Amino acid sequence: MFEIRFHGRGGQGAVTSAEMLAHAAIEEGNYGQAFPSFGPERRGAPVMAFARVSDAPIRNRSAVYNPNGVLVLDPSLLKLVDVAHGLAEGGTIVVATHRSAEDIRAEFKLEGRLGVVDGLSIAMSTIRRPITNTCMLGAFLKATLVDEKPLVDLQALEHALKKRFGRIAAPNIAAFRKAFDETVVLEEN
Amino acid sequence: MAPLPGWKDLPPGCPIQEPLSARNNLTGSWRSARPIWDHDKCVRCGVCDLFCPEACIKPDHEGLYQANLDYCKGCGICAQECVTQCISMKQEEE
Amino acid sequence: MGTRIGKEVSIGIAEAAMMADVDVVSAYPITPQTHVVEHLSELVADGHLDAEFVPVESEHTAMSTCCGSVAAGARTFTATSSQGLALMHEILFIASGMRLPIVMAVANRSLSAPISIWNDHGDVMAERDTGWLQVFVENGQDAYDHILWAFRVAEDHGVLLPIMVNFDGFIVSHVVESLEEWSPEEVRRFLPPYDPPYRLDVDNPWTFGPVGIPDIYLETRKAHDEALLGAKATMVKAWSELADVVGRQYYPVEQYKADDADIVFLSMGGISETCMTAVDELREAGKKVGLVRLRLWRPFPFDEVKAALGGRKVIIAIDRALSTGGPGGPVASEVKAALYGLETRPQVIEFIAGLGGRDVTVGDFKQMYEKGAAVAAGGPVPGYELLGVRA
Ligand code: SF4
Ligand code: SF4
Repeated sequence: MFEIRFHGRGGQGAVTSAEMLAHAAIEEGNYGQAFPSFGPERRGAPVMAFARVSDAPIRNRSAVYNPNGVLVLDPSLLKLVDVAHGLAEGGTIVVATHRSAEDIRAEFKLEGRLGVVDGLSIAMSTIRRPITNTCMLGAFLKATLVDEKPLVDLQALEHALKKRFGRIAAPNIAAFRKAFDETVVLEEN
Repeated sequence: MAPLPGWKDLPPGCPIQEPLSARNNLTGSWRSARPIWDHDKCVRCGVCDLFCPEACIKPDHEGLYQANLDYCKGCGICAQECVTQCISMKQEEE
Repeated sequence: MGTRIGKEVSIGIAEAAMMADVDVVSAYPITPQTHVVEHLSELVADGHLDAEFVPVESEHTAMSTCCGSVAAGARTFTATSSQGLALMHEILFIASGMRLPIVMAVANRSLSAPISIWNDHGDVMAERDTGWLQVFVENGQDAYDHILWAFRVAEDHGVLLPIMVNFDGFIVSHVVESLEEWSPEEVRRFLPPYDPPYRLDVDNPWTFGPVGIPDIYLETRKAHDEALLGAKATMVKAWSELADVVGRQYYPVEQYKADDADIVFLSMGGISETCMTAVDELREAGKKVGLVRLRLWRPFPFDEVKAALGGRKVIIAIDRALSTGGPGGPVASEVKAALYGLETRPQVIEFIAGLGGRDVTVGDFKQMYEKGAAVAAGGPVPGYELLGVRA
């Protein structure tokens, strides 16, 4: 089982990206689960979403406390939220930032494998809105590759994006691919 | 009187399956006073009919308002509501 | 068997109601039920479902509308939650007393005050004695299957009772997970059209909902009670029919790794799944522990509960509601009542867990297990505990 926590702000699509991962896992024939941090939806407030991916049925309905992966959709959250809280051993954090991984690690003392990508620029050049959720899925899948194999099938994920975004799927898929290619990964200290 | 039904005899939800079965209940037996009309004063407005809780007041073939004594229970509402005060209640025993 | 697809559970519930080809949906939106009725209104508006969607100004009216439509012979669905369910309270008795087979999905949520939109079973426990059939589901597949099953049971001429399908708000309702949908052919094989023995009919006028004077009211209550108790046989039959069609078998009381367990958890609803993971981990550590899950809540499955729990050392009963100033939790009191007549009774320790959406984790179940193990080792039986409450 691979457990994932998403940090974003209300309206940035954290829940959507969690759902995309679950859909991709299920389409592949595996098991996936995604849910928001439950509560009123408040635009701009720090929010979380969770996902689990597994090759066996998932029987856990509590929140994720020891994530194997953490996605940070908005770098300003690093100052507000302890995004590394409870990170599992060997876990990965990916951050949407234009700064270098070394910089981010030094300033925020982030343990684990660290992936960074300039999510905002990619989002502006593809979907033309400052929404980094689809980019960060690409970054996340890149940073968590094991022996070149992604956590969920890239085609399955693109298919999930296609179904979710309909006529605006193409720029989202472009954002996803571009972020996958451009993500820089800094291994664990 | 027929014996009351046991629980197994009741249809689910207990609908009453006989239309207008309330007619079997002759509320006239409850009456201790009956309405008497002074037809000379009656203006035939029908207000008594509207207010009668048993809906038992109807004009007869001459157009004179009368209560059907099978159902008139003697409540006196017609006498209270009559616009010309032409109805009086008379004790049955008198 | 179909293929598993990813779906938010609430959407699955709405689509199951569509597959049942409901004629009337009347509902008022309330968190966390909202996605169910929003999606149904879309399905009707987009022409995927040929039904009357009756928007109303309150849940009281929603339930009243459902009573009228089902009495007129229309297959009827609604959904609600928490304060909405509470506002229906008065009409719930009318639906059940008049034996109107409405199917209602309840996204379980706590009751105010203080205002809480989060999950527990406080809402449905306040409606326990309304004379409705009541089941609990644990996940999206359960929920989808049980909407179709609920129509099959409720509309059976031997039952004719309304039914609540309880699914936990948020921790089940808002989760995207995998489930298998039914094909139209499977639905046709399982669920006959609604054909009430009698209905509101201008050409054949009957009186529905008349006065029950003292000479008759008692007999109507007895008939209602017997109808609920007798419904269990139809429910079990419908579950085995469901297994024939889609290959999933459900029971009034279900067990998980409990065969040889001295200590068993007893739970109801979505947290049962988290409990299974705790049982897996405790088993790996060599503990003889299992889980017994209540699926059927009304009629209460006394015989099945006795069979599943008799002979154990300790039952760890987990409630999701508190009977304030009373015996603790409603599930635990029912379970104790079921066990009272046994010659040797297991010890029952009670936890009220996850009130108002407080998360219940695998670690919480392990802590509860430790307390159960202490009792099994001869320690004193503690009173009910509100799990995780701060001093
Ligand atoms: S006395 Fe009452 S019941 Fe009789 S006619 Fe008058 S209003 Fe009707
Ligand atoms: S209310 Fe009086 S005046 Fe009017 S119809 Fe009746 S008896 Fe006549």
